[in-house]
Amino acid sequence: MQERSDLMNLLFGRLSLAAIPYHEPILLWTFIGTALAGLGVFAWVTKLGKWGYIWREWVCSIDHKRIGVMYIILGLVMMLRGFADAIMMRLQQAMAFGDNLGYLPPHHYDQIFTAHGVIMIFFVAMPLVTGLMNYVVPLQIGARDVAFPFLNNFSYWMTVAGAMLVMLSLFVGEFAKTGWLAYPPLSGLDYSPDVGVDYYIWALQIAGVGTLLSGVNLIVTIVKMRAPGMTLMKMPVFTWTALCTNVLIVAAFPVLTAVLVLLSLDRYVDTNFFTNDLGGNPMMYVNLIWIWGHPEVYILILPVFGVFSEVVATFSGKRLFGYTSMVYATVVITILSYLVWLHHFFTMGSGASVNSFFGITTMIISIPTGAKMFNWLFTMYRGRIRFELPMLWTIGFMLTFVIGGMTGVLLAVPPADFVLHNSLFLIAHFHNVIIGGVVFGVFAAISYWFPKVAGFRLNEFWGKCSFWFWLVGFLLAFMPLYVLGLMGVTRRVSHFDDPSLQIWFVIAAIGAFLILLGILSFLIQLVVSIRDRESLRDVSGDPWNARTLEWSTSSPPPEYNFAFTPVVHDQDAWWDMKQRGYVRPQKGFIDIHMPSGTAAGFTLASISAVCGFALIWHIWWLGAAAFFSLVLSAIIHTFNYKRDFYIKSEQVRRVEDARTQQLASV
Amino acid sequence: MPARFLRFLPLLPLLGLLSGCDAIVLKPFGEIAQRQANLVVVSTILMLLIVLPVMALTVIFAWRYRASNTEAEYDPEWNHSTSLELVIWSAPLLIIIALGAITWVTTHTLDPYRPLQQTVAADASKPQPAPLKVQVVAMDWKWLFIYPDYGIATVNQLAAPVDRPIEFSITATSVMNSLYIPALAGQIYAMPAMLTKLHAVINTAGDYEGFSANYSGAGFSDMRFRFLGMSELDFDNWVKRARNSGDELSREAYRALEKPSRRDPVRYYAKVAPQLFDKVLNLCVDPNKMCMRDMMAIDARGGLGLAGIHNVARLRYDEERRRDYVMSLCASERGQAALAPLAGEGAGEKAARSAVEASPTRAQPQGETLSFLTDTNTLAAAATVTR
Amino acid sequence: MSHSTVTAPGAAPEFYLKHEHHVENGTMLGFWLYLMSDCLVFAMLFAMYGVLGGSYAAGPSPKDLFELDVVAVNTAMLLFSSITYGFAMLEMARGRKQATLIWLAITGLFGAAFVGLELKEFAHLIHEGAGPQRSAFLSSFFTLVGTHGLHVSFGIIWLITLMVQVGKHGLTAANCRRLSCLSLFWHFLDVVWIGVFTYVYLMGMLR
Repeated sequence: MQERSDLMNLLFGRLSLAAIPYHEPILLWTFIGTALAGLGVFAWVTKLGKWGYIWREWVCSIDHKRIGVMYIILGLVMMLRGFADAIMMRLQQAMAFGDNLGYLPPHHYDQIFTAHGVIMIFFVAMPLVTGLMNYVVPLQIGARDVAFPFLNNFSYWMTVAGAMLVMLSLFVGEFAKTGWLAYPPLSGLDYSPDVGVDYYIWALQIAGVGTLLSGVNLIVTIVKMRAPGMTLMKMPVFTWTALCTNVLIVAAFPVLTAVLVLLSLDRYVDTNFFTNDLGGNPMMYVNLIWIWGHPEVYILILPVFGVFSEVVATFSGKRLFGYTSMVYATVVITILSYLVWLHHFFTMGSGASVNSFFGITTMIISIPTGAKMFNWLFTMYRGRIRFELPMLWTIGFMLTFVIGGMTGVLLAVPPADFVLHNSLFLIAHFHNVIIGGVVFGVFAAISYWFPKVAGFRLNEFWGKCSFWFWLVGFLLAFMPLYVLGLMGVTRRVSHFDDPSLQIWFVIAAIGAFLILLGILSFLIQLVVSIRDRESLRDVSGDPWNARTLEWSTSSPPPEYNFAFTPVVHDQDAWWDMKQRGYVRPQKGFIDIHMPSGTAAGFTLASISAVCGFALIWHIWWLGAAAFFSLVLSAIIHTFNYKRDFYIKSEQVRRVEDARTQQLASV
Repeated sequence: MPARFLRFLPLLPLLGLLSGCDAIVLKPFGEIAQRQANLVVVSTILMLLIVLPVMALTVIFAWRYRASNTEAEYDPEWNHSTSLELVIWSAPLLIIIALGAITWVTTHTLDPYRPLQQTVAADASKPQPAPLKVQVVAMDWKWLFIYPDYGIATVNQLAAPVDRPIEFSITATSVMNSLYIPALAGQIYAMPAMLTKLHAVINTAGDYEGFSANYSGAGFSDMRFRFLGMSELDFDNWVKRARNSGDELSREAYRALEKPSRRDPVRYYAKVAPQLFDKVLNLCVDPNKMCMRDMMAIDARGGLGLAGIHNVARLRYDEERRRDYVMSLCASERGQAALAPLAGEGAGEKAARSAVEASPTRAQPQGETLSFLTDTNTLAAAATVTR
Repeated sequence: MSHSTVTAPGAAPEFYLKHEHHVENGTMLGFWLYLMSDCLVFAMLFAMYGVLGGSYAAGPSPKDLFELDVVAVNTAMLLFSSITYGFAMLEMARGRKQATLIWLAITGLFGAAFVGLELKEFAHLIHEGAGPQRSAFLSSFFTLVGTHGLHVSFGIIWLITLMVQVGKHGLTAANCRRLSCLSLFWHFLDVVWIGVFTYVYLMGMLR
């Protein structure tokens, strides 16, 4: 790197043209593709003249339904990026044997596996489950919106800002080469002086603010805003799991924030928390990050446990078996998830008693999880099971997740972990629970609630294609990894010498390719469903003959969700209403109090992203300016006292009359 | 019919197991690894007791209660059964009690810190051979093995006689790694300035693979070595070969060696600088650095006060080891200042030396000295180091 | 089991409210949850200090560095500011805008004095060479105490903002709610400081 003038350093920090990887063909083509696609979308929206609509009705929207949908779109878009990383790794590992070094040098490969992990956890799985909770929870509890609608919008845009920073690292500079948890000393300034770890830190910090606030928001929503009659033990199971998840978020994400602050202090002001120098202790980082990291996996899995509970009961046409034990199981998992973090590093040598304590607490979690599994089973028992798409995903989950659970308990036995830790067996295990659990659950949820969101069902044929490609692809991609783990193959390796391993990697690559087909089928399913929306239309609002309150309103629900707040008498409130001859009210409408939209969330998050970018590249003046304008904008926002409006009863009546006519047309 | 296909799913992982006949983790050549493999199998079978019925019931219920089967009973309000709930909770509980008991016992018996009592293969009438001591240093990106009893050292090759217990003392130079020889025993982390231990034994002669199982940067994929299990005679010859190499692993040679490099050839050293491993562990192979243990002894007595305030350069270990490929990127960043001597250091250094000389801990054996690492670096460090 | 209803059998159950459902405002609960998450951040920093607090790296220890009398004055500033904030809240409850504003101003001055003394202490330490880079002990000390100081600084900015808002709009329901939130925040920081004072300063001198 040639010397630069002080002025240039002052203006641009360490950012220079050399940071743009135009010499790497893969990145160059990705950039061209992304830019063309972006331009295409831009031109299309401009041609339709929809910018005003998008700005007012989506960007500034504080409607929990819109925000929920935006979260899910973000998750799906980022899934494409995360999956592109995955298939690149599979190709590299299938090729790179002996003299063939593959097509990715370690410099590139190491960024890819780090980015894959970070993106899939923080910017795919988290937005997907947060989006689901955002959309469904207020509807399920009979509320008009979440407790803090503006914060909800702000949280969403902070998550987007974090995702944008990660995406930017592709084209400006590079991403971390440290693994998705960035253990020091490797992630310290001495061993990773470039911008990769800084991108990692600021992307997670900015998105983390959003996650934490949305956690607070949903807890308050569930605690304070339930419809009259809905006691805690009458809440739908999905709402219960959402409550526990958000408790976990509020109790876990501050730990991540704190530990990343300490890491960034090490990197920015030369402190000595996690260095080998001057008394630092890298092992503290490993402990602290897993105190967040283990609850994090339950943050992902608990909401989908709720999804499966709703789906199984609905499609078995039957009340959920063992509601009470389901609730207690969820709560027990929530608490226990804080007592197991050390099982991620038994091999650090903590001693037999410590290791066995954490091993056994880990195993104990499988008891409530097992109870849940049985509860779903006995919900099916004596049911009338309709194999619609959500139910297919659920059965796929039940059959694959138990394998992942079993290998997980196996890894919790410390001496077994000594031989399997960090191996491809571990990789297979957590993909088994995350794909078999979270991904299948999210697809079950999307196909289950899509008619509620859009007013029409998803195409069945392409949905089934997607399901079977995902299921078979998953098995082909990850069962070989179990085998490879037992053959002593470790993770994050970009090149192998032993040719006998290659066949397994080739099978895994084929599996990844089938998953690609599964993703494509899903996208085709969306397109085809939108094309055929008239024939797939559902006007009843309750296409599955379901059981919970969200199905009592129209699809898509009106802005105010419910013209009249429902009164709940039963766990399955809507089922109960249908059974006992509920008649939809058609007059006596009242003014409805609603929060009004604002651009503040988008503005604050954009400034945060600029601030993060400036800090990553050490452009101090820009960072300071962005920080001060952030504080200033926040203060200015607090001077806005007009944050709500009334939907007049006249307008409610018009909407509800239209609905009456729609129902009559069936 | 989806259900018919689903029925075969549980068999898939089993198929994988069956054909994986070179699954070294399940068929290793060392007693410890063998016992760990047995544990893997036993735990899996124990859990299959509950997993298989669940999978079978899923398929059976899904099939039997399908909507098109109007024969099957339909009871939309049935949602509770106390006796069934009891079974649901107690069946996993029982399995976990069994597995938990196994875990507690095996975690203690297979604790890597625990010296081997008696190897299975050794003749019970003969006295147990003294364990072979090996000191392992995970470097960027190669392995250094020091044999303190033989005064030799090797790079990227480890050898041990069959049936003789091996006692590994493990550390690293810069970042975290993990020492793993699947044929021999489970892995344990190698961490800078920290000591971990592993006891194991190899029972069959052969040429096995060892590697780092914890990602450590750009050269990680190539951080592999061969582990040779040998007869006593072959081992003696191997030691001779190393001694005949004539090379010496002096402190200077070590500091050249620890520079980042990849795919290093096997190297033998006939002589090793005295107490080298101890100095590696304490980050003071460079004579200009203060040993961690001395620093900790000073800290335990309350530091060096304001006099020691500028005594910084001697306690920076990482700065000079910044990896070669990043040196150029960040030469202007920071750190040059730290390399330059700081004002007032002389006084601090003198104070440090006198404090150390007054310290009783300096002369103490390694185990003792390390135990006060515990006082300062608590949590996991405590457990790591106090053996 | 789960078929209970609130209406008597036979009577037509009510399935919706005819009037608007009044939901209790969740701001205080939400703010409390936020404070608890902040508390966890402090817990982490305390834990770091607990682990690294003795790693002087052959440098100075608390005994060499801390000036307890200054810290005691500092502590008094913060404790007084909590009391004066309490007076502000009492006046708010009585609906006296001017008195509320005066007490808030006094609170802010105490807070500013606290931050000022802390900055002076930091400047002194850094000048002596005992900056956060010197040792793990000093890293964790500066981070824990600095994070607290940063919170107080933001509290002061928030306080000024609220004073302007109260001055402009009076003691409206929204402003009272905001004052209550800041009150929680302010007292919370006081509690954390008592932890810092005891654990870092007093026990540091005993080490």
